[in-house]
This record gives sequence, structure tokens and C-alpha cells, in this order.
Amino acid sequence: MRIACPHCGSRSHAEFAYHGDALPRRPDPARPDAERAFGDYVYLRDNPSGPHRELWYHAHGCHAWLVVLRDTATHEIASVTDARDPAESR
Amino acid sequence: MRYSAARILIEALRGNRGWTPAWRDATPQDAYDVVIVGGGGHGLATAFYLARDHGIRRIAVVERSWIGSGNVGRNTTIIRSNYLLPGNLPFYEYSMTLWEGLEQSLNYNAMVSQRGVLNVFHSDAQRDAFVRRGNAMRLHGVDAELLDVDAVHRLVPRLDVGNARFPIRGGLLQPRGGTVRHDAVAWGYARAAAALGVDIIQNCEVTGIRHEGGTVTGLETTRGYLRAGRVGLACAGHSSQVARLAGLRLPIESHVLQAFVSEGLKPVIPCVITFGAGHFYVSQSDKGGLVFGGDIDGYNSYARRGNLPAVLDVCEGGMALMPSLGRVRLLRSWGGVMDMTMDGSPIIDRTPIAGLYLNAGWCYGGFKATPASGSCFAHLIARDESHELARDYRLDRFQRGAVIDEKGQGPHPNRH
Repeated sequence: MRIACPHCGSRSHAEFAYHGDALPRRPDPARPDAERAFGDYVYLRDNPSGPHRELWYHAHGCHAWLVVLRDTATHEIASVTDARDPAESR
Repeated sequence: MRYSAARILIEALRGNRGWTPAWRDATPQDAYDVVIVGGGGHGLATAFYLARDHGIRRIAVVERSWIGSGNVGRNTTIIRSNYLLPGNLPFYEYSMTLWEGLEQSLNYNAMVSQRGVLNVFHSDAQRDAFVRRGNAMRLHGVDAELLDVDAVHRLVPRLDVGNARFPIRGGLLQPRGGTVRHDAVAWGYARAAAALGVDIIQNCEVTGIRHEGGTVTGLETTRGYLRAGRVGLACAGHSSQVARLAGLRLPIESHVLQAFVSEGLKPVIPCVITFGAGHFYVSQSDKGGLVFGGDIDGYNSYARRGNLPAVLDVCEGGMALMPSLGRVRLLRSWGGVMDMTMDGSPIIDRTPIAGLYLNAGWCYGGFKATPASGSCFAHLIARDESHELARDYRLDRFQRGAVIDEKGQGPHPNRH
């Protein structure tokens, strides 16, 4: 696989470190059900077969955290954006 | 038909016209007491032990493709019980004892070969870790021997023990470990289960799990609706997909693991060998091919094929261990989909839906566990309580913080 880093261009995925599903958001520790919410956040995943939004870190490049939309059934990459992009902060 | 040397002789004299199919390819009935989803090693073993040990009669195994088309036919055929943690060791040793009697209990030649599993180490710190592991094994009644470098070299003369970067200091040997002909495990369990009346239904994909009032009632499949008293899921890399049909999210990511086989060679490797400074393990099949593998690729995948960086990493490990293999040509490589859990250990447990049971999360170590997994899962389904040896493999252990993390890697499935 090659990942089109928005800063460095197209690079082998071996330059990147994988950090899994980009969807889980750290829950508010003040929530009344925070204990269960943190358990879900840390451990449970949708694990889809198909499009998957995931975090890759350009460890051997620009050190940017990227959000990659990749199909887990075909390895085809649809988009790569910087995780700092306002469109990624929800 | 019982297989024996006499049967081979008789059939030879009769022109081999008397052989019959090893198992019945069943058509689905309307209702079953237990339906197992997944016709791989674990699912077929579960059906066999349910029928043999728990007296359950109406059992079906449904498989969306053909039996043995998944990971039971894609692994590197290694069996061992050289674990460290109390939650794992007795379970895998139980599996080893079942392997030792497997061919007799199934009346099927699975080519169980206890040729030994050797983990070499390269530093004082790694030696300490293996001494600790070996002592844990012996305390649990598992065989383990610490070998010095000379003994390792005598056992496997081709190892580059004097490697400048990763010199071999010795090894931990489990003599009872070894290899098993993996396809024969699926076929043997299928044949033995079918002989006990289990319906093996192929080309039957589960498309829905019906439940009423919190209790499972049946399965929607591509070959019609099956009423089921109890349902066991043994879907390996696709566990998340099937569990989602019942509204469950699992602590699992699916990853691709590649495996490789070389052209056939004369005998060069007498046992299973693992490299200590990288991830590489190798054995030699009876046909002569070197069967080897290493790390998972490291990203979510259902593609059953991997990428080149993982291939290079595996081959670099092999070259550091045995440079004399450098000119061996690769014959085939392939990938399988691994159900990697958040702590690297499996799940054999009830689910929040009564009558729905889960057997999943075998990471890339499921093959060696096949007999014990089937036996313990059958116990759970038949009695609705965990088998003593699988009592730590609970689905809620993540919420409780009672994880079984052999490598101490934390909740990162791609690092286990």
C-alpha cells in the first residue's frame, strides 16, 4: 500500500505507524456512566469489512497524524487528510 | 467406515471401489438443538465434542463456503503449549494432550508430529525471560528444556549461531510441540462429527440472528431459516461481522497474517524454530517445503492478502537465522484474516443474548488450540457454564480489567 501524505506525497505504508480506528472519541470522565464509556472507548471496535476511517502516524516522515479512509476488504485508499484538519475535529 | 491398515489392503485388492465420502454433505433441516456457525477447525471440533461428550443429538455446523476454507487451512500447522500466564498455560496444555490422542479418537491420520518447538534467544535478558517461561511451563506440568548454544547447534546445524548482530546464546525447547497436517484436522473432525449424526451444511451463509425476549431463537441463512435452541459462533476473522447480526460489538480487530512455503528441499530443519530477535518461525513439511511466517501486517484487513513490507521483514528474520536459505525459492504465499483481541487472548463465553455463545479472538494462535477450544466451547454450550480451563476467557474481562496479556502490549491488537 502507498499512502498519499498531504505533506510528503505518496509513500510506502512501511513509513507509517498504524493506530487503528479513528472514530472512537475519548468520553467525558465526568459522565455518570464514564466507567463503561471508557471501557467501550478503549476496547470495543466496529471492525468493518469495507470503508474504515483510521489513524496513521508518519513516523519515518513528517510526524503528522493522518486520517486515512481505506477499504479493509480491498486495501484501496479513498482519502488521506491531516488529523488537524478542522473537518476531522468533530 | 473405519479406517485401518486392513481396510487399505482390502480396498487395494478390490480395486479401491469401496471407499465412500468421508462425511455427509447435509441439507438443512428446519430445527436443531445446537447450530454452530463456522465450519473451520474450532466449529467442527465443537460439534464433535458436543455429540460425543454431551449427548446432544440434533447439531448442525453451517459454513458459508466449504469446510476448512478459512484459517484452519491457512496456518503454519504448529502446535505447542509454551505459554506463560496461568489463564493460558493449562488450557493450551490440555490442547496438547488432546492432540496426542487425536488420531485415535477421530480414527483419522492428521499426521501429528511431535518434532519439538525451539525458541532461540540472543541475549542474557532474553535468556532470563525464557528461563522464567520454561519454569512456568514446568510448574504446570509442561515439558521444557533449556539448551545452551552447543546443544542448539547440534540440534540444528544450519543456524548461524555466531551471527555478529544477533548471536544465538541458547534456546528453550518444548520436545512435545510440533506440527499437524492442518487440513486433515478439519476433515478428521468433520468425518467424526458426521458419523455421530452432525449435519455439516456448506455454502450456507448466516444473514441474521433472531432472538426474542433476550433469547436466541434461530438463524436466517442463504439456505433458509434454521430454528435453533442454542447457537455457537466460531467465525474466526469474521467474528465481528457475525456478532453484529446480533447487535454485539466485540473487542476485536481483524488483521491479515501472511504465511509462506518454499520449494521442496531435503531435510534441513528437524523441528519448529523461532527467531528471538525478530518475528520469524519455520518448520519443514513432510513434503520438504519450508513453511514459515512472522508478524501480522499490522492494519485492519479482510483481504486475505498482505503487502510487501511484511514479506521483507519475515525474510530478513529468516536470513539472520539461517543465511544458507538465501537461495531457496519461494513457492507460495497467502494471507488469512485474524481476529486480534485487545489483549491477545481468546474469548470463549456466553453473550448478553441467552443461548448465543461466542468462540473468538484467537489472534494468530488458533490452530494449536483447536481441540481444547472445541472441547471447552462444547462444554459451555451444553452446560451453560465455562469449562474450568477456559474460565478466564470471558467477554467481560476487558471491562473488568482482568485482561490476559501475554506480551504486555496493552489494548493494541496489531502489537499482540
